This record gives sequence, C-alpha cells and structure tokens, in this order.
Amino acid sequence: MPTPPPALPGDLAEATRDDSTLKRFLHGLPGVDRVGLEQRAADLATRSIKKDSKLWAIDTAIGMIDLTTLEGADTAGKIGALAAKARRPDPDRPDTPPVAALCVYPDLAATAAEALNGSGVGVASVATAFPAGRSSSRVKLAEVELAVSAGADEVDVVIDRGAFLAGRYGQVHDEIREVKAACGRAHLKVILETGELATYDNVRRACWLALLAGADFVKTSTGKVSPAATLPVTHLMLGAVRDWRDRTGLSRGVKPAGGIRTTKDAVRYLVAVHEVAGRQWLSPELFRFGASGLLNDLLMQRRTQLDGHYSGPDYVAVDQ
Amino acid sequence: MTKTYKLYIGGAFPRSESGRVHPVHDARGRFLANAAQASRKDLRDAVAAARKAFDGWSGATAYNRGQVLFRVAEMLEGRREQFIAETAAVEDLSVEGATAAVDTAIDRMVWYAGWTDKITTVLGTTNPVAGPYFSFSVPEPTGVVGALAPRQSSLLGLLSVVAPVIAAGNTCVVVAGDRALPAITLSEVLATSDLPGGVINLLTGHVAELAPWLATHADVNALDLTGAPETLRPELERSASETVKRVLPVGRGEPDWTREPSLKRLRTFTETKTVWHPVGT
Amino acid sequence: MTESITSPWDYAPAPESRDVAGLRPSYRMFVDGEFVDGSGQSLTSVNPATEETLAEVAGASAADVDRAVTAARAAFESTWATMPGSERAKYLFRIARLIQERGRELAVLETLDNGKPVKESRDTDVPTAAAHFFHHAGWADKLDHAGYGANPRPLGVAGQVIPWNFPLLMLAWKIAPALACGNTVVLKPAETTPLTALVFAEICQQAGLPAGVVNILPGAGDIGAELVAHPGVDKVAFTGSTEVGKSIQHRLAGTATRLTLELGGKAANIVFDDAPLDQAVEGVVNGGFFNQGHVCCAGSRLLVQESIAEELLDRLRTRVSALRVGDPLDKNTDVGAINSAEQLSRITELADTGEAEGARRWTSPCPLPSQGYFFAPTVFSEVHQSMRVAGEEVFGPVLSVLTFRTPEEAVTKANNTPYGLSAGIWTEKGSRILWAAQRVRAGVVWANTFNRFDPTAPFGGYQESGFGREGGRAGLEAYLDV
Repeated sequence: MPTPPPALPGDLAEATRDDSTLKRFLHGLPGVDRVGLEQRAADLATRSIKKDSKLWAIDTAIGMIDLTTLEGADTAGKIGALAAKARRPDPDRPDTPPVAALCVYPDLAATAAEALNGSGVGVASVATAFPAGRSSSRVKLAEVELAVSAGADEVDVVIDRGAFLAGRYGQVHDEIREVKAACGRAHLKVILETGELATYDNVRRACWLALLAGADFVKTSTGKVSPAATLPVTHLMLGAVRDWRDRTGLSRGVKPAGGIRTTKDAVRYLVAVHEVAGRQWLSPELFRFGASGLLNDLLMQRRTQLDGHYSGPDYVAVDQ
Repeated sequence: MTKTYKLYIGGAFPRSESGRVHPVHDARGRFLANAAQASRKDLRDAVAAARKAFDGWSGATAYNRGQVLFRVAEMLEGRREQFIAETAAVEDLSVEGATAAVDTAIDRMVWYAGWTDKITTVLGTTNPVAGPYFSFSVPEPTGVVGALAPRQSSLLGLLSVVAPVIAAGNTCVVVAGDRALPAITLSEVLATSDLPGGVINLLTGHVAELAPWLATHADVNALDLTGAPETLRPELERSASETVKRVLPVGRGEPDWTREPSLKRLRTFTETKTVWHPVGT
Repeated sequence: MTESITSPWDYAPAPESRDVAGLRPSYRMFVDGEFVDGSGQSLTSVNPATEETLAEVAGASAADVDRAVTAARAAFESTWATMPGSERAKYLFRIARLIQERGRELAVLETLDNGKPVKESRDTDVPTAAAHFFHHAGWADKLDHAGYGANPRPLGVAGQVIPWNFPLLMLAWKIAPALACGNTVVLKPAETTPLTALVFAEICQQAGLPAGVVNILPGAGDIGAELVAHPGVDKVAFTGSTEVGKSIQHRLAGTATRLTLELGGKAANIVFDDAPLDQAVEGVVNGGFFNQGHVCCAGSRLLVQESIAEELLDRLRTRVSALRVGDPLDKNTDVGAINSAEQLSRITELADTGEAEGARRWTSPCPLPSQGYFFAPTVFSEVHQSMRVAGEEVFGPVLSVLTFRTPEEAVTKANNTPYGLSAGIWTEKGSRILWAAQRVRAGVVWANTFNRFDPTAPFGGYQESGFGREGGRAGLEAYLDV
C-alpha cells in the first residue's frame, strides 16, 4: 500500500499498514445504534430557527451549494445557464451570495470552467465511473485526470461499494489514495453512497476509511440511489469528521447530496453541522450541499424574509 | 423418647445462640418436646443465610426449582403418617381431619412445583410500545421474604405461605410459634431434600418477640404477616414502612387454606421488571 | 442586512407564545363536577423561570378533602362502578382526545408552571398523558381478560398524590387506570404545579364525565396527608419522595387501605467499553439532564468502564456544554428552570457536598439567566460509592461518574443502593445486555436507550423505590380488588 501522509498520529498511520490491520481498525470503531442516532437527529430537527438566524442560515446555505447537474441530457447550454445562476443566484438581489461550486460530469468540466472563469465559484467534477464506480482502476484514474486537466477544482469520486461490502477495505483504500494522488491540487470529495452501504456501522467505517486514505470531504451520495442524504447519516458523518479532527488536528468536510430540497431541510442540516461537528464547520470550506432544486427554495425564502411577504416560483430563475 | 429440636438456618440445625429452649405442647397442653427458642441474633443469622442463598436460588432455572419443589412434595409424602400424627396433635384434629390437611398440603406443594416455570409466562408480557423498541416485562423474585407461620393451620397453612415464596425464586425466614411441631418436621424434610440450604430458614420461638426484628430488618424485602396476631400487625406494618417492604394484604383471621390459592402471593412476592431495547440494524 | 448575524451562529429567540396557556389570575378546585372555592389556604403558583406570580389557586382544607371523598364515594356507588365498562371507555377516549386537542395550551401552561422546556412538555408530557388515557380506555371493558380472574371489582375511592416533576403526565398515570378499573378519584396535585390538573378538570367537564368521578384538590403536603388518611379512601397511590412514601406506608399500617408507591431512585447508567459511544453519550445526557434531572428514574450515576472513562468524559463534557439552558418557553431550550427555590437550594447543597467530599466538579460553561431558578448542568467525576452525591437522589441536573473494571463489579455497584427504580446498560454485546438486565435490581432497565415511557410498559420500583406498577396489564392490579 502507498505510504499514508506523515501528519497522521502513529495509531492511525499504523491502521492502514495492511489489509488485516485495516479491517481490525475499522471493525474496532464504536458501533452505531440506529434508533439512538435517528432519535437524536429527529430531536435536533425540532430546533426552531427564526428571524436573523434564519436569514443567516439561508445565505450560508446558498454559499454551501454545489449546484449540480448530472444528467445524460446535459449540454453546454445548460451548463452556461447554471453557471450564470451560480455566479448570481438572484440578479434582483445582488447581495445574494454565489454558490460554492458547479458540479458536472467530467466531459463538461471544461465548459463549466470557462463559464465560471474569474467568478470565485468552483468547478466540481464527478469521476471514477460515476455513479456505479464499476470500471477498471485505469479508467477511473483517467477520468480523474481528465477532470483535473479540464480545470476542475474539486473532484467527487465514488468508492467501490462492491469491494467495501465484500470486506476488501484495502482495495478501496488504495484506490482512493491513487485518486487522491491523481487529483493534485484539486480537492477530493469521496462519495460513500450510504444508501448502498445499508448500515450505519458501514457508513462509519467507510468514513474513516476515506479519511485515512486522504479524502478532503466525505460525501453521502451520488443522488442516483435511494435513499440519498438523510439527516441521521449526515449526523454520523459529522461526528466522524469531528472525531478525526480531535485525533489528527485535521479538519475535513462533509457533503450531503440528493434529496435536500427545501430551506427547512437545509436549516436542519445546518443545525446538525452546528451542534454535532461544531461552529467551525459552518463554512463552505467544510460543509456543502449537493443539490439542484434547493437553491430556488432558498432564494424564495430569502425574499420572504427580506420582503416580509411570501414569494413565488415565477420570481426566481428556473434553469433546470 | 422425646428430643430437643433445633433451629433450621442455612441448611444446618444449630441450637439457639442464646441457649434457650421452650416446650412445645399439643393442643391440649400436653408436653411434646423441647424446641430451641430463637433469639434476635438467630433471626439475624437466618436473614443472612437467606440473603446468601438468594443469588443461587433466584438464578436457578425455573425447571430446576420446579423439580426441587416436587422432590420436597415427595419427601413430605414419605413422612405422611408422622405429619398426620403431629398435625392432629397440635391442631386437635381427628385423624381424618389431619389426613385431609396433610394431603392438601402435599398437593399444594405439587401445585406450586408446577408453577415455577409458568409464573413468567402468565405474569410476564411483551409490551407493544409505540416506538422502535422491543420491550418486555418479567416477574422477578422480590428477595428475602419474612413470614410468620399461620397460627391455626400448622402444616397446610405453613406450606401455603412458604411454597409460593420459594416457587417464585425468593428465599425466606419463617418464624413458627406455638404449633411448631409440623414445622420442625418440615425442616427435617427440607434438609434431606434437594432444596439448597438457606432457601427456607425456620425459627421456632415466640412470635411476638421475633416478629418485630423481622419486620425492622433492613435486608428483608417483604413480609407475609398471615400468622401475626391481629394486635401485632399494625406495629409490624409500621416497621415495614421504614424500608418500604412489600406486605401481603391479609384479611381478618386465617384464610380457608383448603381452597385453591389465587396468584396473589406470587404477584406480591415478585417484582415486575420492564426491559427496553432498540430494534435496528 | 445579512451581516447582522455572523458565525458563530446564535439562534434567535424562538419563544412559544404564553398567551396560548390561557393563564387566568385565579384557579379554583374541582369537587363533585364543579369548580368551587376552597376553604383552605390558597396557593400562589410561581413561574420558576422568572419568579413572577402566575396565579392564585384555591387551596383545600380538611373539610374539602372530606367533601371530595364523599362526592367520589357517591359517584362510585351511583354511577361509575355500575356503569358498563364499554361506557367508561368512551369517557376515557374522549378525555384522551381533548388532551390532544388542547395539547398546545397544556404544554405551555405546564412549562410556565413547572419550568420544564416547552420542547419536552410539547413532545413528551402532553402526548404521553393523552396516550395513557387512550390505552386505558381500551381496558375498561376488557378487565375480564387482564389475568385477574373473571369480573374483577374496583376498589372504590382512590386518593392520589402526585409530584411536581411531570404534573400532567403523573396525573394521567394515576387517573387513567383508576377510572378504567371503575374507581373514582380524589387527586392532589403538587403544591407548586397545580395548574394543568385544573385544566384537566375542565376537560373532564367537557367530556361530560359524571360529577364526582374525578375531584382535584390543590394543596400542600398537609392536605396530601389528610387525603391518604381519610377513612373513606379505599386506595392510595403516591408518587414522590421515598421519605414521604414511607410516612404514608407508616400511616396506613394496619388499615385495609390498599397502597402503591412510586418513589425515588438513584439509577446507574452502565457504559461498557464496547458501547455505541455516541448514542451512549446521548443516553447519559438524557438520563442526567432530561427535565433538569427532576426525574425519579434519572440515570444520575454513570458507571463507566475504566478503559473508556476518559474518552467518554471528554465527549460527555463537550456534549453537555452544548445544552442550551434558559427560558423554558424557548423552543430551543434543552434544560429549563429548577422547579422551586427550595429545590434549587437542595441541589446546590448536595452538589457542594460532592466537592467537599473530594469529587471533581465540572460545570457547563453555559450562560444562565439572571432571574429565575437555574442550575448549570454539572458532572462530578472521581466519585466513589461512599459519597453523598453517589448515594442520595439529587433530583437536579447533576451527574456522578464512577468507574468499574468488570461486568460483575458494574452490576454490584449498580445494585449497591436501597433504591431500585431504573438502570441503563450500554453495550453492543447481546448476551451481556441480557445478563446485566437480569442482574440489576431495578424495575425498569433501558438497554442502549434511556428514559423511554409507554402506557403499555409497566413502570415501578424495587425496594425503597416503591411497590406496584403503573402501565400495562400489571398496572391494573393497583386498582382492582384482586
């Protein structure tokens, strides 16, 4: 296996020494009680966020969006429209913050990069035979290289869930490390596809595996599998990055993706970020939403907050 | 030949530490034997023996407890003639009357032997709680039970008091007063049965002297005061309140022991324990 | 505009409207179907979060107790005991519905009167109270199937005395089974929290409950003592301190009055080294700080395996620091006000002994309101069994942490108390859960969870935590002559 980064404390560096050590480490992580986790997530979801706090949450959430289009029907035209929206989500309200990034397939990364040039909005590209991840390492790495050379600032890759579920953790680890190396300066987001991992114990193990392998972000889902992001699974991942920071001093991000459509949802996620991981994570550096429709709801709610009356869908741009 | 009977504590037959004995008479006042007259220290030792035996007895399988109780019933039957004679003597019964009482007593023991592995089935439940939890409730033995032997019915009454206590997995200390001879013979039966020492401890002596020590003892969890003189009951119950002992509610006088018992005693001397666990993957 | 709040993100106040409570300047007691003036000393109900007076409440006298018991007796004999169970059931269903319909009002009123976070009164107290009536409604015409023989009879008039920690919920735990079994009730709510009980009396009127079936007498401890000792009372049910429970048992000695007691506790929450750690931390926090720790089954003794003690304590302190202490009406408050000045001083005194006896005190750095009765969540580590904080019920947001090395030691320490109400077990090992659940001497055992309540699940204690059960089939015995 490739050598882990020197920053890791001894026991974590040791954990990836070989397959059996890695397996022991991952299976030695504390278990997750499903009911308790879901109960906690549901309790926190009852937080009531009002007035200025809500407005702050809306702006923060807008700035955390990876505005996403991952369709077979995507074209340069659609990317152009989304890029415009990403830069200035609400042209009538120039104080509306831009989103964090535009997330596209690798063949459209160059188009996106061009459209966003100089805007400060990042280009994120999926790679590694997204969404299933079913191809050879060679193809996967080539795709990462394609995305990076096209100008992607961030690469969202999927793990090999088949290998993970079969217990071949070393293989998953090595593949992520190789991808990380191929990313160069681009940020690496590792998609666990939690909906396919089935248990929270698996999600926690996959999280630590990705972090050990050098992920900058752990991401819940591709958006192509149901269930996609859920509050409890995001709680769990936020706990993992918090624990990772406590153990290593290194701050890593979390990105729930898929199924987050309303401002209410987004605020609940931000409450979780705030109370599970901590205030430090309330930043696009460490938390993103993988979403498309969410942005418009946030914009409408933003108008409602500022104007004092309800807004309507005809007053925000529909670009998807 | 008359002999001097001893106490039955922790499976052994010690004399009273006080050295005291008192005469045991038949119903017409004729001397039958001397018996040890237990002191409060003997009572203390008996409670300690009952406590010591509790973990083992309560932790035994219900099947095992049932077998042990049935074995006691067999042994009782082996001494049937002796029990009939003693019961007739202390209760002033005809042979027919004493025979009926002893046979019912043996049947009662068999009845409770059969209960040991049904108590949980009948009194326990799973609870259909409104949430993702498995919840169940089971009766568990209360602990050390203090009992006063019924004053009228020397063997049937005594077994009707003691059998449910031990069938449910408790251990006990029983104080027998004036009509103690069948109780003493019972202790000899128990000593040679499979019942572990300390599960039943039998003290002979003066009920009015010993009962307050039993009622105030902090390591006694529950009381069956069926055998208490009515004038003594309020004070004993007041003492019981000091450590929140469970006290079996009893009516005036002695119940009709020949009737098939209800489950009241089994319920009183068990605690319902409810356990919850989440259900999830 | 958006710059007015910057990270760190403080939630803007989100108070429930106190108008919802329909608070009135005065409340009267409820006897024989009517609201009447009491002839005893009136009570002043205070909002513990602000120390402001909420309302004047009519107080009962001994004569009022007598009137109420007489009314309950008359109702028992003339209507309630003879009414078909299926008819009694309808009244209880109706009451359950009305509690649900007036849920928000009851929740806010409870929070004003008690000091508990509105989140809890809204999500736990009120819905669980309604559920209790709903569950017991169904028993009223099915008592033949409850396992107590055919046609089990009610006991008569039940005198019930309840505490201030869950005023409406404890009322429901008492009244629902009593009525379902055919008894009539005289209930005394706690001196400091009588308001929701009097709104409940209104609900009884709205449900058309026959006069005298439920009577509510506000008053202090002396009225409770009058009630339990009244010769017309056939059954006494008490929830409260072990000390008062003992005095009631003492008082009823030698009488034919039936008694059930739900008293104090000092529950152990046992965390093994293979526990689901994050959920264990949540459970420990819930066990220690739910309802400000004013919970008889609170997990106030944390027993943690030595090998993970430090890590667990770190996580625990971080988590407790995040608890939001303050205005109980704010929907985001996690820990509200201590119910009374008296209770606050008791908690303060007992916590001080912890420090004096050498335990290490840690206090949440959370800000506390300047007014009202508040106590910051406190964790004592390096606690030993012999210390007062380990043995006595604090009934406040104070957690004592002890360690153990082996399962045997954990269970021994858990059982080393005259109480026996509840216990928690945290481990991922199934066989160990069942072993520990069998060995702990407590009436309720929560494994990998804590503080779960349900009307179908019997609740009650071993030893000095009381006797008798509330809830489920087992709970019916307390109100039947069986």
